[in-house]
Amino acid sequence: MNAEYDVLVAGGGNAALCAALTAREAGASVLIVEHAPRDCRGGNSRHTRNLRVMHEKPTATLVDAYSEAEYWSDLLGVTQGRTDERLARLTIRSTAELLPWIESRGVRFQPSLSGTLSLARTNAFFLGGGKALLNAYYITAERMGVDVLYDSEVKNLCLENGAVREAEIVSGGATRKLRPKTVVAASGGFQANIEWLREYWGEAADNFIVRGTPYAKGLLLKNLLDQGVAPVGDPTQCHCVAVDARAPKFDGGIVTRLDCIPFSIVVDRDGNRFYDEGQEFWPKRYAIWGRLVARQQGQVSYSITDSKAEQLFMPSVFPAVRGETIGELATQLGLDPSALEITVQNYNRAVRPGAFNPKVLDDCKTEGIDPPKTHWARTIDTPPFIGYPLRPGITFTYLGVKVDENAAVLMQNGQPVSNLFAAGEIMAGNILGQGYLAGLGMAIGTVFGRIAGREAAKVAQQ
Amino acid sequence: MRSSEAVDEARRMMVICNACRYCEGYCAVFPAMERRRAFTAGDVSYLANLCHDCRGCYYACQYAPPHEFAVNLPQTLSRVRAQSYGEYAWPKPLAGLFERNGMIVSLAASAGIALVLLLATRLQSPEILYGPHRGPGSFYAVIPEALMLSIGLATFGFAVLALAMGWRNFWRDTGGGPATQTRPLFRAAFDVLTLRNLGGSGHGCNNRDESFSQFRRYTHQALFYGFFLCFASTASAAFYEHILGIIPPFPVFSLPVVLGTIGGLGMLIGAAGLAWIKTRSDPAPAAKEYLGADYALLALLFLSAATGLLLLALRQTPAMGVLLALHLGVILSFFLVIPYSKFVHGLYRSAALLRNATERKTP
Repeated sequence: MNAEYDVLVAGGGNAALCAALTAREAGASVLIVEHAPRDCRGGNSRHTRNLRVMHEKPTATLVDAYSEAEYWSDLLGVTQGRTDERLARLTIRSTAELLPWIESRGVRFQPSLSGTLSLARTNAFFLGGGKALLNAYYITAERMGVDVLYDSEVKNLCLENGAVREAEIVSGGATRKLRPKTVVAASGGFQANIEWLREYWGEAADNFIVRGTPYAKGLLLKNLLDQGVAPVGDPTQCHCVAVDARAPKFDGGIVTRLDCIPFSIVVDRDGNRFYDEGQEFWPKRYAIWGRLVARQQGQVSYSITDSKAEQLFMPSVFPAVRGETIGELATQLGLDPSALEITVQNYNRAVRPGAFNPKVLDDCKTEGIDPPKTHWARTIDTPPFIGYPLRPGITFTYLGVKVDENAAVLMQNGQPVSNLFAAGEIMAGNILGQGYLAGLGMAIGTVFGRIAGREAAKVAQQ
Repeated sequence: MRSSEAVDEARRMMVICNACRYCEGYCAVFPAMERRRAFTAGDVSYLANLCHDCRGCYYACQYAPPHEFAVNLPQTLSRVRAQSYGEYAWPKPLAGLFERNGMIVSLAASAGIALVLLLATRLQSPEILYGPHRGPGSFYAVIPEALMLSIGLATFGFAVLALAMGWRNFWRDTGGGPATQTRPLFRAAFDVLTLRNLGGSGHGCNNRDESFSQFRRYTHQALFYGFFLCFASTASAAFYEHILGIIPPFPVFSLPVVLGTIGGLGMLIGAAGLAWIKTRSDPAPAAKEYLGADYALLALLFLSAATGLLLLALRQTPAMGVLLALHLGVILSFFLVIPYSKFVHGLYRSAALLRNATERKTP
């Protein structure tokens, strides 16, 4: 390791690696500074599985076509306009050429998939998932001579006269000062920083489960915003879904998710329902349930159903809590048995007969109950009764740094920092200001990682 | 299959795998897992034997240690697999013998049989053993044909019987049912012959680290095909002798010698390569307590080929007598330990692939 790299990449996830590879291929010397130890490297990318790509005709791993117009309209739908159209369209168009680039750097895609998500048309799936993708990128980067520093963090980028003058790195307990020619900030959001989350969510943040890496503390994000870099995205908002309350505090990833809500009723700590569980298809609605659960007492809720529903959703990693009666189930879950019995009775009485069909918005609904359940409402009457405890699981935050189409970080006065670029979750809020679209985060990370790497190498070599 | 710590551990991990499913493109194990929500001990054994130990899933796993879920499927399935070999072995009391002392048992057996053969000839006369023998019938001048044939057929016959019983035990334990449809049989044979399951769509194994390599596949193929060429060599030799009436040793460019030479070289390369990659591989996803049995089988296969090739090279010298006894000793003891050695992995993996092919056909 020397002190004067052409490009310093802060972070070790997908965007960081795409930037590092691109810069190195352009001839720059590159140092990756990754906060996690080697075994946990890769940020939230290690929990990802796919990438949303535009394509005009079928590819080896994608069926049919997915046009720019449709991609844009999907993005507009989830963000409800909270997006920068120029950057969004740049991202969408650039995804069209991504698959061969990614594959030629050792990553493999799998032909198609099973499971409950139906994304075979829009999303390309990494064989083995995000960690396998990262492994391939790290191997390629190391073979090309990129240096990697694990267990190390970029703590401070000293901005002076519109440029990064110095980078302070904490590595192995010691602080080092480097003078890289350019820097790519790809260090993610702050979703694992409970203290920071508490600023917006109060004590409720203590009960959040962080679905991804514990290393996304957002220190560099804060450091840049404190120095007058322009922010983007609502700092109070995060992507939050309902996960199994028994999930580990960090890094639980995909297996803690629960798809059972549309086929159940959801009650709070006191055994009362609080929202229409059958409002929409699960993929469209599941993102609201994190916030709904976060608003309940103690940030906990319980999904209650019976054996009729058990085969309708993906198995969770935690066994369902069971009871031969509703009262027994309530006791198992730590709820008041009589309260839950009354709730289930009232719900069962309100259920109207209909033709149950999990594949369509069916006509099984309740009448005369508040809140109603508008689809897939069936009586809960066939033991064993089953339940799952739910907690809010935070995936990512929206706050980021503002960038231009060259991935250059912008100051509050609109001027770009001459040698500082950003990629990945730290700038994804420019494009995804609200909502969630499967595989978009990896698309933004890959596209802007490549742009940042290209521009950083260019500036370093001037 | 009895329950064990390893079986319970595999079950725990497979619940995680079934909720994740990121690895479903790697091999047949994951789609087979997804067809089940609960796993009997027999199911676990079936999946363990379906696993080719390529280790792709370990390096791709977001839940591998140091994650608190500590998912390490290759290691756990290796343990279950090794236990299943003991479980299905016939007759059962012999099973533990090789598992615990594989190397010593096979070497001692080889030496023992070689000694018996030598003594048998020494009783005749030392000149016969060390005397120069050339031309047709020279092998039988050292070791009488009747003795060679009877011990050979007895040990081989025993191996075939014991393996057949093992297959039956595995098949019953993992669900029974008919295994006679032709499509699945062809499919399973294709999977066995190509090792299609290594690393998903044929990317190979993770031996030392996150990088993929075809080394293990190619060395295994060399050993596998080498072994069958040697088998073909023996069969063709029997044909030459008993149908065509040509008495061994056969000329260098005869079918038995050519097949045996190519096969023997393949076995040497394959066994040495597989042993080498084992010494270099990442210990994290391995079940190191069972490595001994792996090395024992590789050593025995290597010795079978090495003594055979040596015998070929020196068959016109006074060393021939001793080498012949040694080679026969190794081969015959190999037949004896086959049903209790790591060799059975081929049997149960083939059976698991057949079950998988059958299962895929009738979802």
